[in-house]
Amino acid sequence: MSNPQDTYFIPEPSKWPVLFSLALFLAFCGTAFMFNQYLATGNMPGFGSHLLLLGFVAVFYMFYVWFRDVIDESLSGVYNNQVDISFRWGMAWFIFSEVMFFAAFFGALFYARVYSVPWLGGEGAGAATNEFLWPAFENVWPLLATPDMTVDGLASKFTEIKEVIPAFDIPAINTIILLSSGATVTFAHWALKKNQRAGLCWWLFATVFLGFLFVILQAGEYVHAYNDLGLTLNSGIYGSTFFLLTGFHGFHVTMGATMLTVILLRSISGHFTKENHFAFEAVAWYWHFVDVVWLGLFIFVYWL
Amino acid sequence: MSAGYMKKIRGAVISLFVLAAQPAWAEYGLNMPEGVTPLSRNIYDLHMLIFYICCVIAAVVFGVMFWSIFRHRKSRGVKAAQFHHNTTVEIIWTAIPMLILVLMAIPATKSLILIESTGDSDLTIKVTGHQWRWHYQYIEEDFGFFSSLAPESNEARQLKSGIDPGEIENYLLEVDNPVVVPVNTKIRFMTTASDVIHAWWVPALGWKRDSIPGFINESWAIIEEEGTYRGQCAELCGRDHAFMPIVLKAVSEDEYYDWAGDMMVAVMDAEAGADREWAMDELMERGEQVYSTFCVACHQVNGMGIPGAFKPLVGSPVTTGPLDGHIDTVMNGVAGTAMAPFGMQLNDVDVASVITYERNSWGNDLGDLVQPSMIAERR
Amino acid sequence: MSYAETHEHHHDDHDHKPTGLGRWLFSTNHKDIGTMYLVFALIMFFIGGAMAMVVRAELFQPGMQYVDPQFFNAMTTMHALVMIFGVIMPAGVGLANWMVPMMIGAPDMALPRMNNMSFWILPFAFTMLLATFFMEGGAPAGGWTMYPPLITQLGDGFPFLIFTVHFLGVSSIMGAINIIATIFNMRAPGMGFMQLPLFVWTWIITAFLLIASMPVLAGAVTMLLTDKYFGTSFFIAAGGGDPVMFQHIFWFFGHPEVYILILPAFGIVSQIIPTFSRKPLFGYESMVYATAAIAFLSFFVWAHHMFTVGMPLAGELFFMYATMSIAVPTGVKVFNWIATMWRGAMTFETPMLFALSFVFLFSIGGFSGLMLGITPADFQYHDTYFVVAHFHYVLVTGALFALMGGAYFWLPKWTGHMYDEKLGQLHFWLSVISVNVLFFPQHFLGLAGMPRRIPDYAVQFTEWNMISSVGGFVFGISQLLFVWVIIKCIREGKKADEQVWEGARGLEWTLPSPPPFHTFTIPPKVDEATAHS
Ligand code: HEA
Ligand code: HEA
Ligand code: HEC
Ligand code: CUA
Ligand SMILES: [Cu+2]
Repeated sequence: MSNPQDTYFIPEPSKWPVLFSLALFLAFCGTAFMFNQYLATGNMPGFGSHLLLLGFVAVFYMFYVWFRDVIDESLSGVYNNQVDISFRWGMAWFIFSEVMFFAAFFGALFYARVYSVPWLGGEGAGAATNEFLWPAFENVWPLLATPDMTVDGLASKFTEIKEVIPAFDIPAINTIILLSSGATVTFAHWALKKNQRAGLCWWLFATVFLGFLFVILQAGEYVHAYNDLGLTLNSGIYGSTFFLLTGFHGFHVTMGATMLTVILLRSISGHFTKENHFAFEAVAWYWHFVDVVWLGLFIFVYWL
Repeated sequence: MSAGYMKKIRGAVISLFVLAAQPAWAEYGLNMPEGVTPLSRNIYDLHMLIFYICCVIAAVVFGVMFWSIFRHRKSRGVKAAQFHHNTTVEIIWTAIPMLILVLMAIPATKSLILIESTGDSDLTIKVTGHQWRWHYQYIEEDFGFFSSLAPESNEARQLKSGIDPGEIENYLLEVDNPVVVPVNTKIRFMTTASDVIHAWWVPALGWKRDSIPGFINESWAIIEEEGTYRGQCAELCGRDHAFMPIVLKAVSEDEYYDWAGDMMVAVMDAEAGADREWAMDELMERGEQVYSTFCVACHQVNGMGIPGAFKPLVGSPVTTGPLDGHIDTVMNGVAGTAMAPFGMQLNDVDVASVITYERNSWGNDLGDLVQPSMIAERR
Repeated sequence: MSYAETHEHHHDDHDHKPTGLGRWLFSTNHKDIGTMYLVFALIMFFIGGAMAMVVRAELFQPGMQYVDPQFFNAMTTMHALVMIFGVIMPAGVGLANWMVPMMIGAPDMALPRMNNMSFWILPFAFTMLLATFFMEGGAPAGGWTMYPPLITQLGDGFPFLIFTVHFLGVSSIMGAINIIATIFNMRAPGMGFMQLPLFVWTWIITAFLLIASMPVLAGAVTMLLTDKYFGTSFFIAAGGGDPVMFQHIFWFFGHPEVYILILPAFGIVSQIIPTFSRKPLFGYESMVYATAAIAFLSFFVWAHHMFTVGMPLAGELFFMYATMSIAVPTGVKVFNWIATMWRGAMTFETPMLFALSFVFLFSIGGFSGLMLGITPADFQYHDTYFVVAHFHYVLVTGALFALMGGAYFWLPKWTGHMYDEKLGQLHFWLSVISVNVLFFPQHFLGLAGMPRRIPDYAVQFTEWNMISSVGGFVFGISQLLFVWVIIKCIREGKKADEQVWEGARGLEWTLPSPPPFHTFTIPPKVDEATAHS
């Protein structure tokens, strides 16, 4: 085995996988304890949240050391082309799994809009449901008033929505921002392929900037929704689907932007070559995925 | 193990060997009952048809397999052939199952269309599942009642009760108030639930239907024979899922109208008490009754609940605290727990009496007396 | 882990193998990780089995004898979660870990560190799940299907259940990605897709099912979580949601899941039957296409688990037809196995016995599945013991039997020792007889009207329940024999040669038994003779 490029690189035993599992275990348990504590006492701080904090820090540390090892190996040239392809398959299928995760929430949205809300509103076979259980409830979308408001009035468990966020306002601006960031990351890639380091860094910087700008605007929308519109997690199925879809998306944007930041820092310190820059590409793929999900959101959550 | 069980086991083993003998099927419950409605017979026939088709396919397929196992074994000195492909047979054994499936699908589709034809009914009953009893509302006559597991069964089914279930008639399949319907009438059942999902199932009708909180499902039946038909809740609904049976009595139309008349009078009587003042011992008596029907499953006879699952009512901050909180808990329940909003199930007298009972039993001695009128105010 | 440790001295000197606990904790070796998966699955099998024994003991006679109904429900629920997520899936992944790289001539799995993490999540996840027994409100008791609103009534165990599911999802997805990357990228030169052994093919497709379905489950349980803690109303009609929506999302995962459990079993059986028939697998291509067809169809049949929830007629018809159609590709597989036996020269060692009983008993489970798929009939069958009988036939005499057959088949390869054939056959015969005594009568119970998930029943169901319980106890005890056979094999089994079975074909049989710690660091050349069995 003279030349490492001849054989597939099999890493030496590593502490990180088992410790990473442990870290996740701590974070999960911490969160679970925290929820139970909250339900019992109405208080968040306590044992659970400390455990969560510990787990969280540990998870981040694990990401750091694990990726550090991978980057070191990559820079030392032990990865041959075949290893690179493994990473590509890995990332591609990971993104597919994320697509399916979002599919569950889109499915929930379509189910509510096409099936359950019309039923509650008495359409089709739902006549009896509407007549006996939710008289006066109407099938409209966006669903501002929940079925129980038609029966219990003010005693309803849910918050009534005054108004929803119009599509052609901040969301449209955010669409433009995210689409442009998809373009800038591609420019960065072209620059890298032409070995133009400055172009690479600047276009990446622009992408990161746009990414975080998106998150900030989105956060502003949330504040507005909670404070002024009565649109909350607690405002029935509209609020539920709205916040889980946009929330998970926002979380992914944040993750993506963070990863892009790492890539930016690595680019600045001279990592990546014009032939060999899979980490860059992986993050770019992820970024495009986040982009496409947003388009779906814009159309089905905000617009139609 | 009692001698009775031994006899039954022997019977079962024997019947296993004489599977084909029809009488044994019926006696030892080997097969689906045929039921007493057009739908149930239809479904029974479909069931037998697909069962026989599967038997025939199985006989052929496994016949070939066992033939091969007996003939093509190395110990018989055969030499293995080496073929591994034959397009013709592969097409044949893809096509034939398809045909068979189409053959099955035709009657199945017909049955299904029939089952879903819920229109034109003469009597509508709204069936609501509660943890763990059924409520029946007769829509046209406008009366309703709860139907819970019969007390004898309920006593025997307690953990280590020491009572032999064999001694109890219709163990677990008897209720206090059966649901009564006329024969030869198209009855529309509207199933729903108040807390979790249940499923209303009487095998003799041929179907079960989930009862889902917040939605109403519709099904129908025309019962052609008088008799008592028994069933059970068929969707896991918590601790006492096994203990919410259904008893359906099909009677002649005359008998049915007599019964319905009596029910309407009884409902009027019950409502009549709501606006008068009740005395302590009256409330306590009624309260004990209500408690043992509705609350005992979770909070137990001694009011101690079940640690970790159901809170005790003895000395609890709610049952010994301000009256308002207590009424609120019972009427509106505790969201996200098994404690249901009983205001929806119980009338004013029941709520008032059960709260009075709880505040003055098992060592709770607040002396409070809750009048039905106090409950009415909060509705 | 212990049994693999005991045979360390068999390894070649030159493969410097890590030692001590670190070898297992920090492993990047597909064989060690495979071993850990398999041992883990075996341990969990006894835990899940013990829970089933509690169920069968309580159901031995009517009346409540041993446990509270709530605890009984917890037993049923945890039994299923442990068996599905802790036994069958890990055992399948364990076999994939061991065999796939050796079958395709790869040096290891594509992403070895991630491989180790996929495994190590499992013990942590099940610690979390099993810990719920000691929490206020007890362990999950709403059935493994976790239907709301019932599941949200669970006490402190609730968030632990949800996070366990998330955790297991992470593990499965990483494991599946690894398997796909390995098979797509690490095949030895000359090993085309149509030269892959069928076991490898079934794992490509299973891995795809995993990646497509596990995230959907994660989404579903996330909605449960927010419904309980954050005021959302996905599954609450009062807020415009629908409890049934959970069932749709769950079963969109759940039905592919059952094929995740069975496809690797199909793969194992497709390796064993040709070996002991001494004849190539019949209809290799159609086997591959049939497997793919089953996987594809599995995404369009989910609502057959919920025919009674009150769907529109069109929906019921669609899901009925789609469900029935799965019988066609499955039939193709069954017929191919039988055609493989046809005019072979069969011998009946333990792996073959398990494989044959698989074909027979899985098909019985398949037939009852088909009957369940006929919507009007399912209005009677649903949520009765008929369903319980169906899925234990496909899961126990299907998935589990195939895995056991696979274990006997490859045990000599893994350990370098032959197991005791007599004991193996004894284990088989005890199992196959008792398992039928255990589950066959449940068909009768279901048809006669006994609902599932009940701790107590009307007296007319007594006989069959007693018989079933007795079968259950015998089946349980017989499994102790399995463990004994494995231990005996490792400690005193006679040396196995590389070929092990006369009719065995494929790359893994060209390696010594046991194979050295690292194999195929230089990819082998694949030609017609060593290509698929
Ligand atoms: C390994 C797991 C596995 C497998 C492989 C299957 C296979 C099948 N299952 Fe099963 N099933 C489960 C595991 C599995 N199932 C579980 C766990 C549940 C219960 C979940 C719960 O509620 O807890 C369940 C429940 C379940 C239901 C819901 C019942 C109910 O709750 O009311 C239905 C209904 O359609 C069903 C159908 C089928 C069908 C049609 C197949 C088909 O794939 C079978 C195909 C095979 C054959 C048909 C036999 C071989 C074919 C031939 C020899 C060809 C010729 C045959 C003909 C032309 C008929 N299954
Ligand atoms: C792959 C999955 C799998 C496997 C292998 C099994 C294996 C077994 N199952 Fe299970 N089962 C399910 C999956 C599985 N099951 C699922 C999905 C459900 C539905 C749950 C739900 O409704 O939510 C279910 C439900 C279920 C029920 C219905 C419960 C109810 O509705 O209330 C029953 C009842 O008989 C049962 C029994 C058994 C038995 C006796 C075994 C046996 O095969 C187990 C044998 C193994 C052992 C016994 C362990 C080994 C031996 C020892 C521990 C030694 C000690 C032995 C003794 C003391 C005798 N199972
Ligand atoms: C399905 C089970 C169930 C039934 C039936 C039930 N309860 Fe409860 N009950 C609970 C649970 C669980 C709680 C604890 C809720 C919580 O966590 O705060 C509770 C709490 C209470 C409390 C408050 C106790 C405290 O200390 O917080 C009162 C009072 C009460 N129930 C009264 C009743 C009455 C009256 C009935 C019958 C009409 C009844 N319950 C029936 C499950 C039940
Ligand atoms: Cu109600 Cu089960
Ligand atoms: Cu299914």
